[in-house]
Amino acid sequence: MPQNKKDEILHDHNHDGIDRRGFLKCMAWAGTGALCVMQGGVLKSYSMSRANEWNAAKMAGELSFAQISDSHMGFNKAANPDVAATLKAAVDKINALAVQPEFLLHTGDISHLARPEEFDTVDQILRGAVAKDVFFVPGEHDVIGDEGKQYRERYGKGTAGEGWYSFEKKGVHFIGLVNVVNLKAGGLGNLGSEQLEWLEADVKHLKASTPIVVFAHIPLWSVYPEWGWGTDDSAQALSYLKKFGSVSVLNGHIHQIMQKVEGNVTFHTAASTAFPQPQPGKADSPGPMKVPAEQLRSLLGITDVNFVRGQHALAIVDSQLG
Amino acid sequence: MRGKFARIGLASVVIALLAMFAGAGRVGGAAGVAQEKVAATAEVKIDNFSFGPTALTVPVGTTVTWTNRDDIPHTVVSTDGAFKSKALDTDDKFSFVFTKAGTYPYFCSIHPKMTGQIVVQ
Repeated sequence: MPQNKKDEILHDHNHDGIDRRGFLKCMAWAGTGALCVMQGGVLKSYSMSRANEWNAAKMAGELSFAQISDSHMGFNKAANPDVAATLKAAVDKINALAVQPEFLLHTGDISHLARPEEFDTVDQILRGAVAKDVFFVPGEHDVIGDEGKQYRERYGKGTAGEGWYSFEKKGVHFIGLVNVVNLKAGGLGNLGSEQLEWLEADVKHLKASTPIVVFAHIPLWSVYPEWGWGTDDSAQALSYLKKFGSVSVLNGHIHQIMQKVEGNVTFHTAASTAFPQPQPGKADSPGPMKVPAEQLRSLLGITDVNFVRGQHALAIVDSQLG
Repeated sequence: MRGKFARIGLASVVIALLAMFAGAGRVGGAAGVAQEKVAATAEVKIDNFSFGPTALTVPVGTTVTWTNRDDIPHTVVSTDGAFKSKALDTDDKFSFVFTKAGTYPYFCSIHPKMTGQIVVQ
């Protein structure tokens, strides 16, 4: 694994006695979104499961938006028989924020089986958000059967290729990437050469001081390739972003919160609004994790876990904000 | 050195014997194929994000049925385009009749780490 020396742990506010000098990963499953705040050109991500502990003054920034992910509308198994209710709860939590985010970002797996009625239900729930703009990227569940045709008809207006695009908000350059189509047998997530060329051209004209936020469904870093939690050609994409001082990468897919810092790049994954998935390698497969009903809805199922894998130091997330 | 040659010699004999038994087995297998030709079927179960058995050998004419026993949808997609299922939700099945001999690698297009193959003889 490259760049180990640049890995670092940002905070340790949890005071939970876990040895954070070693290789550490904190993760949480909370069924909520994350509030992302751009502060001095650096993106910070706060799990809404701890919104009651937030210090609004400390969190003020030049731009804030909310990330939600993996709503899996249509899923109805034991791990969460009512994914519409938990998505609504996530939207309610966002609506209750003192300062409303400028927009919402959905990092994919909007639907469970890419059925029209599943997308309809999500659209209807998201119309209840105070923030009116929602930006999407597809998850692999959203492109089942048609390689994303329906997804692009619904959400892909003004996008290029398989649905990738970029936009500016308050001086921040946002890039939505698609890494869930044309997947190869035995492989991971895939961006493809056409998208990589587009990305290179898209950022070429930008000043190095421009804060960059990249979002895509499958992690753009190797979280756990054994379970497909990574993207085959993500290194190529990141190489185009080397000149920038502040790069934040937001992903979903793994249904748990993780964060990693590598040089100028901070990687974040978001929790699912639908159901939790196990920690990497801690189960036979990455299938849905069944937790007691009261825990599923309590939004407090935060777990910090020591996780050792190779030479990677994985840092916090979701720190307390006292 | 003599000992080593002796071992190689013994190993050769064992391999030859194994080959003979394997040959005998194939004769029996061929007879079995003839009997099963009426309606040969075989099953592949999808459990914990994997195909079981991962590799399956069947006679020509066999109908192979995949059943998804996970809480997450999967697909069964031939790498060379010979067959392609829709999304299989929990307990959904997909069947394909293999009428030509050959090796058919396949994967789940949603979770491409999941791979398998059907060998048709």
